[in-house]
Amino acid sequence: MPSLKDIKKRIGSVKNTEQITKAMKMVAAAKLRRAQEAAVSARPYAEKLHSVVSHLAQSEEIDDQPLLKQRGTERALVVLMTADRGLCGGFNANVSKEAERFIRQNELGFSAIDLMIIGRKGRDFLKNRVGDNITKVHENITTDATYKTAQLIGQDVVDAYCEEKYDAVYVIYNAFQSAIVQIVTVERILPIQPQETEEVHEASLDYLYEPNQGVVLSQLLPKMVEVQLFRALLESNASEQGARMSSMDSASRNAADMIDKLTLQYNRARQAAITKELMEIISGAESIK
Amino acid sequence: MADKLKLEMVTPYKRVLSEDVDEITAPGFIGELGILPEHTPLLTTLKVGELSYKEGNETFHIAVNWGYLEVENNTVTVLVDTAERADEIDLARAKAALGRAEDALKGLSQEDKQYMIMEAALQRALIRIQVAGKNR
Repeated sequence: MPSLKDIKKRIGSVKNTEQITKAMKMVAAAKLRRAQEAAVSARPYAEKLHSVVSHLAQSEEIDDQPLLKQRGTERALVVLMTADRGLCGGFNANVSKEAERFIRQNELGFSAIDLMIIGRKGRDFLKNRVGDNITKVHENITTDATYKTAQLIGQDVVDAYCEEKYDAVYVIYNAFQSAIVQIVTVERILPIQPQETEEVHEASLDYLYEPNQGVVLSQLLPKMVEVQLFRALLESNASEQGARMSSMDSASRNAADMIDKLTLQYNRARQAAITKELMEIISGAESIK
Repeated sequence: MADKLKLEMVTPYKRVLSEDVDEITAPGFIGELGILPEHTPLLTTLKVGELSYKEGNETFHIAVNWGYLEVENNTVTVLVDTAERADEIDLARAKAALGRAEDALKGLSQEDKQYMIMEAALQRALIRIQVAGKNR
């Protein structure tokens, strides 16, 4: 049976924890709103670009576009997006596990898979599991993901792909569904898959191109990779904040439950102590008589 | 015959514009081009430059970075990395950037990798200053 003082101390520390988790929840909620807005406002750009590229790719003989051409299944690059910080439920573990599974099971039969990790937590998780595959780690870029960041990573990826270091590039990230639901998503970003659209097919024939189709396409395709990375970054960031918000919410609730229980225990112990003291006084008084 | 163009301008961060306009002048890859209603379908990349559009008697100027422009059915879609209206441009910052780029260029030869980057920065700064000077 813990003493009164012990219980009081524990209540105090749980209260402190509760305050911290509550504050983290508020912060995450505020960040989530911003991240969500950013993710939503990036959508029109990505959609427009995708539709233009898709419809260009149909009309052009695409063989001389390295980014569209299907190559073998020799080497693949996986870009994994995690967070730099923990305390966000299963957010980091889920994607990291998916990446590990992807590498270990290797369903598509690549002879080698390299891993590029964004976020410290992913590296920590995978360092001891598939450490040999990790080629690059980017840290501290997820919380304020700018287009510039995505651009730099995108150029890296495109360059490596063009040098035929890789035959395919995948991204694994948490797609943002809602504040409490994140979906681990695996997407292939290279070679680029054009969307299947039929209605624009006719119209695309009498387009004017400046300077010409090939040049336009070869400028747009790398952009496409950047935009996809940018979108994934934003979604991952929004998911992170959502995951943190919900996990901190349940942590606060658990702390509140615990405080209730401990308070009950404390009162019981207090009552027992009082009863004991009373009994001592009474029996003392009895013996004097 | 339609007498208006629908202009939509989008950057990775947001939708900048969605308006009906009369005329658009854009910095195309092989030269400036003007677009009026009933333009034939066109797809071109854009250079760093100044895009302007007319709406009634008013002309608006926007500094754009690399991007592309598509014309289809009287709808002009412009996708650019950055787009700033004259009143959004921080003139002091643009001038500072111009100075920095000029200084850096003096110390570099044409072959340097940095040269291209700095020259692009110089272009952007010049366009920003040019656009900021108009409109207001």
